[in-house]
Amino acid sequence: MMNDKNSQKIVDIIQNWARKHSIWVLAYGTGCGAIEIPPTMTSRYDAERLGVRGAATPRQADVLLITGYLTVKTMKRVIRVYEQMQDPKYVIGFGSCTINGGMYYDSYNTIKVLDKYLPVDVYINGCMPRPEAVLSGFAQLQKRIAEGRANGAQQYKDNLEWYRANQKKIIPNWIMPDYNW
Amino acid sequence: MEVVLMDILGAVVTFLVAFVVGMTYGGLSRKITARVQNRKGPPFYQNFIDAFKLGSKKSAIHHGVMHHFGPAFLMVSSVMTLMIVPVLTHNQWFPNLNFQGDLIFLLYVMTFGPLGMALGAGQTGNPNSAIGVTRGLSQMVGFEIPWVLALVALMIQYHTTSITGLMAAQAHSGTWLMFSSPFAFVAAVMAMFGMFRYSPFDIVGAPTELASGPISENGGKYLFVMMSSGSVFTFAKLTLYVDLFMGGADNLLILLIKTFALYLIPVLYGVTTPRYRTEQAVRWFWGWPSFFGLLAILQAVFF
Repeated sequence: MMNDKNSQKIVDIIQNWARKHSIWVLAYGTGCGAIEIPPTMTSRYDAERLGVRGAATPRQADVLLITGYLTVKTMKRVIRVYEQMQDPKYVIGFGSCTINGGMYYDSYNTIKVLDKYLPVDVYINGCMPRPEAVLSGFAQLQKRIAEGRANGAQQYKDNLEWYRANQKKIIPNWIMPDYNW
Repeated sequence: MEVVLMDILGAVVTFLVAFVVGMTYGGLSRKITARVQNRKGPPFYQNFIDAFKLGSKKSAIHHGVMHHFGPAFLMVSSVMTLMIVPVLTHNQWFPNLNFQGDLIFLLYVMTFGPLGMALGAGQTGNPNSAIGVTRGLSQMVGFEIPWVLALVALMIQYHTTSITGLMAAQAHSGTWLMFSSPFAFVAAVMAMFGMFRYSPFDIVGAPTELASGPISENGGKYLFVMMSSGSVFTFAKLTLYVDLFMGGADNLLILLIKTFALYLIPVLYGVTTPRYRTEQAVRWFWGWPSFFGLLAILQAVFF
């Protein structure tokens, strides 16, 4: 009964409903995009009414919000932060820089396509995306969670070698602990 | 045998009521905070959703045995407090394990959870946890003084060290202790600010400053246990205040009204004040609250 496929499906629906309405965000605000997070959270747009709330540490967070460009140096920290997060976890790429490099497309020390290094569930386009766009991104993520399609973490586990190879290509001095899930 | 079974069933019912009420109060406080800040705010049942989500998260954190025990200590402390505090007067569904001297025992039990949590947080090795623990223990040293002074004043004044004894004294005289020993009440309510850790005394878990302090390495199921134990503890503390100062409650509705009225004091004070630094918080508790505590002692001894 416990491993029955149908009962598992019901459990999934309930769990996904809870996950959808309780999104704790770890905003990795290295880029300029971090300036759009306070208006999203405070009185004007009030993301908390959707269950979106800031989390203080990666251990408590559900969503890693990468706001803007990532330099090669911060990439290492982002990978550690992502790997310290607990399943189920999601990544939102915020702004053009995470999609194709944006205005830093020809920079020597920023990464261009975030999806090659971390599994991104939702992209929010714009430079900068306004709080409306951020809320729309969260709504998109909620929709994907409810449908059970936000499985970037599983994808990361399945293709860990490919992601690791990409990550090691840009980070030459790779001194990181090995995590085993 | 039947009596024991009934007591166990009653304990489970008490726990469930405390959990639901505490969680709802937490959600309402979030809603109130949001309304004060001119936001719509989450629904009042948001804490239940958060708790369910945290419980359904996978937890792959290991920092050692004590780290696992930390949340369990918190939970044990909360449940012990809840079991000693009489929830309702004369109700079979809410048994309590009160005895002569339980007020003194309660003082120890209420600090047991945070101390266990401090050990657990220490083992994570996270510097934020260590700072949070030192801040938490400093704050506890701060608010324990007015709190103990208030309780000792009550014990001296009514020659009893049991909660039910104090409730009986109130029932006998017909006035609440809040009116017959007002200084003790003021000191205890001021100490309550420190116990609930709302702003301005949220120096322990300051999210923007310490990354949530002692719980910074705890996610998922650990946080679920802490959240539930916090809810139960909130209910237990509020019920204790109602029992000590407001004459207890005969039914659940009156209990909810009284506890919520008390709960609004730290919440509403919190939403309008920014955070203190550690030494400011300790100085605050050793100022007026302790003064009122001493007045309460004087009143108990000489009047």
